[in-house]
Amino acid sequence: MSDHTDNSHEHIDEDKRDFIYIATGAAAAVGAGALAWPLVMQMGKAADTLAAGSIEIDLSKISEGQQLKMLWRGKPVFVRHRTPAEISEAESVDIAQLKDPQTDDERLMPTPDGKLDPKYLVMVGVCTHFGCVPVGEQGKVDAQGEYGGWYCPCHGSHYDTSGRIRKGPAPTNLEIPAYTYISDTVIKVG
Amino acid sequence: MSGHPSTYEPKYAPTKWLDKRLPIIRMGADFMTYPSPRNLNYWWTFGGILTLCLMTQIITGIILAMHYVPHVDLAFESVQRIKRDVPFGWLIQPMHAVGASMFFFAVYIHMFRGLYYGSYKAPREMVWLFGCVIYLIMMATGFLGYTLPWGQMSFWGATVITGFFGAVPVVGESLQQWLLGGFAVDNPTLNRFFALHYLLPFVIAALVGLHVWAMHHAGQNNPIGIEPKSKKDTLAFHPFYTVKDAFAVGVFLLVFAFFVFYQPDALGHADNYIEADPMKTPEHIVPEWYFLPFYAILRAVPDKLMGILLMVAAIAVLFILPWLDTSKVRSMRFRPVTRRWFILFVIACFILGWCGAGNPDDIAIPFGEDKGITFLLLARVATAFYFAFFLLILPIMGMIEKPKERPESITKAVLGGAE
Ligand code: HEM
Ligand code: FES
Repeated sequence: MSDHTDNSHEHIDEDKRDFIYIATGAAAAVGAGALAWPLVMQMGKAADTLAAGSIEIDLSKISEGQQLKMLWRGKPVFVRHRTPAEISEAESVDIAQLKDPQTDDERLMPTPDGKLDPKYLVMVGVCTHFGCVPVGEQGKVDAQGEYGGWYCPCHGSHYDTSGRIRKGPAPTNLEIPAYTYISDTVIKVG
Repeated sequence: MSGHPSTYEPKYAPTKWLDKRLPIIRMGADFMTYPSPRNLNYWWTFGGILTLCLMTQIITGIILAMHYVPHVDLAFESVQRIKRDVPFGWLIQPMHAVGASMFFFAVYIHMFRGLYYGSYKAPREMVWLFGCVIYLIMMATGFLGYTLPWGQMSFWGATVITGFFGAVPVVGESLQQWLLGGFAVDNPTLNRFFALHYLLPFVIAALVGLHVWAMHHAGQNNPIGIEPKSKKDTLAFHPFYTVKDAFAVGVFLLVFAFFVFYQPDALGHADNYIEADPMKTPEHIVPEWYFLPFYAILRAVPDKLMGILLMVAAIAVLFILPWLDTSKVRSMRFRPVTRRWFILFVIACFILGWCGAGNPDDIAIPFGEDKGITFLLLARVATAFYFAFFLLILPIMGMIEKPKERPESITKAVLGGAE
């Protein structure tokens, strides 16, 4: 092979080369993206995890002042049968002074006849700070926090009798799960 | 790999053959003859100790993985079985669990060493940066591993830490559930944590290779922070530093053995002997001791997102340290004022660790009856100092401090006038 190959007849079309580079690069990027998508999405919730998503709870078994705790989607759900005193306390709060303003009614779902039953409060029992389970045993004042509802011992969040955040680092009220009354006394969560 | 002239001479036909094709023996030989500054002290033995720690974790870890079952119903049981029924499991399981603590103990000393002797300064920024990445991945590995025994602290620690991702604005909740593979920490979470816990130590091993390569390329720093100027300023790595490292490793292993044989649970938490229960949170969630200072920073501010950002910043600041310190003088030995600030910095780190273990509202330092400084207040002061050290003290001291006179060379510093 000689170093003096005559290249003079060869014409390089720069535009054509640029086009080929860009087209190749674009095809590779789309390919990489198409491959990355399943690799990323496999981490999400699997079909069986999503399917195991609902439970039914019979409210009539919970007597006044008691709280039921059940596991739903790996998290506890609290169902509290509130006393009249707890209900009136929850309703009398001036919501303008709340960190996450919500009336007590906004935290309830309608019964089959379209009314609200303030006796039963249904919440996800997970502190909105870093996810601990708040305590709220009946009759133990220090276990219910300064507002008579729930207290999270992890970093000291106090929730009132409507599960609203009143004091401490949690940013929002305890979550209300999507639930419906399937009869007057049975609810379906999820 | 190292930038010094090679003195390796293959003697036999097979080694000559290999040397022409893949000079791997030469690489090892050059490593052994690498010229190290002659004045390295015992703080420089922790690199070797850390290598040993990594090997210990990998070997004991692979053995544990042969007996461990990553399933929510069986994981706790399987770790108890390793400790009780698997031959020598009583030895290997605590070696791994205590080993993680010893690993962090060594890495903290190694990092404070770098800070004190200015090993992060030019031309060693890449050495420092790789070190920071290794530390970050070590933290991830330690956290993932702690989830595996599926005790109460495992479960609630995982819940709290993955909750950090939930604080990201807008996409937080989806991001968190994507990481967990469910609505809460559950079986899919445990499975992926196991897979990643197995993977990351090998990533660390590769990064250690780059860390050492960068260090050999730039040359090792030393206690006076003056570059070696002549051959007299250095000693071959072997036998001089292999022996020094071996002695330090021996002492380190004594401490290691003390914990493995006499106090295997002293560095852990009793609640992790209770199987994970998603319905009940332990009274007091605390991370492993090596995360406590960051936990204190997290809780020093009442806002969730701010707390997380501050904690991330506490680690991020290490990455930009080489560009924050404006002083050209490496070793604190010649920086009398900054040296005092450094000592206060170390104390602040310990105070943060103490605050991380305490309950924010409890009294840390009492004055008379039920009055005094709470852990929260103390953590705030220490956090402020932690950041001030990097963001104010180091940049400013470099500009105003008058360093002490430095010796001409390493040999002069070690032997005085004598030749
Ligand atoms: C950077 C290195 C590593 C660190 C810092 C580390 C850390 C940890 C920690 C803190 C635990 C919890 C121990 C306990 O509290 O009982 C653990 C458990 C475990 N690790 Fe690792 N590990 C490392 C490397 C590895 C490797 C390479 C493997 C496997 C190839 C592995 C497999 C396991 C297994 C199966 C468990 C569960 C059994 C147990 O709890 O003892 N680890 N690890
Ligand atoms: S998790 Fe409830 S206060 Fe932090």
